[in-house]
Amino acid sequence: MVDSVGTPILQAPPAEGAKDQHMVINMGPQHPATHGVLRLVLEIDGEIIVRVYPEIGYLHTGIEKTCEAKFYQQVVPLTDRVNYLDPLSNNLCYALAVEKLLGLEIPEKAQWLRVLLAELSRLNSHLIWLGTHAMDIGALTVFLYTFREREEILRIFEGLAGQRMMTSYIRIGGLAMEPPLDFLDRVQGFIRSLPEKIDEYSNLLTGNPIFRGRLQGVGYLSPADAIALGVTGPPMRASGVDFDLRRDIPYSGYEKFQFQVPTSTVGDCWARYEVRLIEMRESIKIIQQALDGMPEGSVKADAPKIVLPDREKMKTQMEALIHHFKIVTEGFNVPAGEVYQGIEAGHGQTGYYVVSDGTAKPYRVHMRYPSFATLQALETMCKGRMIADMVAVIGSIDIVLGEIDR
Amino acid sequence: MVHAMTLNGRTAVLEGLADHPALKAILAWNPEALADAKFDRGELTLTIQPERIAAAAATVLAAGYNFLEDLTAVDWFPLSPRFQVSYHILSHLNKEHIRLRVLLEGSDPAVDSLTSVWPSANYYEREVFDLFGIRFEGHPNLRRIMMPDEWEGHPLRKDYPVEGYR
Repeated sequence: MVDSVGTPILQAPPAEGAKDQHMVINMGPQHPATHGVLRLVLEIDGEIIVRVYPEIGYLHTGIEKTCEAKFYQQVVPLTDRVNYLDPLSNNLCYALAVEKLLGLEIPEKAQWLRVLLAELSRLNSHLIWLGTHAMDIGALTVFLYTFREREEILRIFEGLAGQRMMTSYIRIGGLAMEPPLDFLDRVQGFIRSLPEKIDEYSNLLTGNPIFRGRLQGVGYLSPADAIALGVTGPPMRASGVDFDLRRDIPYSGYEKFQFQVPTSTVGDCWARYEVRLIEMRESIKIIQQALDGMPEGSVKADAPKIVLPDREKMKTQMEALIHHFKIVTEGFNVPAGEVYQGIEAGHGQTGYYVVSDGTAKPYRVHMRYPSFATLQALETMCKGRMIADMVAVIGSIDIVLGEIDR
Repeated sequence: MVHAMTLNGRTAVLEGLADHPALKAILAWNPEALADAKFDRGELTLTIQPERIAAAAATVLAAGYNFLEDLTAVDWFPLSPRFQVSYHILSHLNKEHIRLRVLLEGSDPAVDSLTSVWPSANYYEREVFDLFGIRFEGHPNLRRIMMPDEWEGHPLRKDYPVEGYR
């Protein structure tokens, strides 16, 4: 057995040059501004933050261990539950990783629908971020507005997958089923009205002196620190690092879409707010392109031993019934090897590292989630600031504890 | 998306990917540190001698692989060497990932920490320490991160029971 070698937080020696008046206080895990069960132990000098120790693990459920006991296709529902605000990106990332292991080609229509859904999911994630972030700062109204729009996204997901949040709609080898007939029209109706809604949020917040005052100049992160501390996604781009996996290492056909990657060189909470607002508008453009150019064809790969057959075929054809039975009871073998697949999810770079030993169950699934690394940058962003600024910073890096603790 | 080419083994990769910037940097620094190499499914995996991993990381960092994306481990119990630590490194410039890995013997393994090269390795190494029991020498604060401090055992090891009472 290996012993811990570090020092428990509360007995840690005080910071260098600490004076007698330094105090250690506890924030969370039930604090509403920590967006879940994040516990922060703060060493403070009056109101000034000297050191921050995030304590995580309250939501640890051992999802990676659970994956090792499931068939490849049974892992898909588990991935929904990791980052529950951006479920389709998780499904997509896992499916892409396993498809890379299998060497499976996905039909074009499935790829386009995946892009469309990943962007809807990003909008979902950003809407929640905007609502809760503004609420933390004290602008309660925006929360009601963004959740109104988010509700429409969840209804679209419900029509699609039968589930509002735990969609499991993107599967290995394509999608679970054809989308319903009114799906594309509903998405079109939604994104037609969304730019006005974003203007509405912007009207409420961008000119608001309190909101500006709480965000501008707060939580500065330099580009070098962003890279050194593993920060990805909108916080990294708001610090001036111009990198987006969708554009730079495209997956699932993103190279066929035109969009801008917003960046800012300011690096404070305000820059993160601006970058995400523009990202939402760019997502709408991507969805519009996907709707306009949606190809015809199947949404599932032609791989009967991997992809479940349609219900109709399963009930009428012997072959299909056998394949269905085999996949459900025995799974399918995946050639041995290891792959890492990264995608740009709402919060940053999500990555799945899947190791196969040639059997029907993954030997190891590791999930790289952006919030886990971003949390390391919290101290750098908050040092020397007030406790109240910390709430703004936590809101601006947009963490989800489900993906930190896994 | 499908990469037909597979290069298995050190010699094959050295011949097939002679121009790869990470590979060139490693060879220019210390060819002996490269124990094995593989190019499979479009991903380059370089197996590094465990005692040289920190220097190898600094070498690829200097070659433009600037972002540590992920750090994790695999338990190959009951095979030997038992543990594999995988480092996924991204280059913002070359727009490409590489994977470094080390293989560690025994049930109480240790390897040098990468926190001096990438501070972001901090949490990842704590996670691997917590769930696999691999110690990282030179880590500033190697405490459990997911499990409670007083927890016994390392849950992601393959010999850790998955059912019943502890």
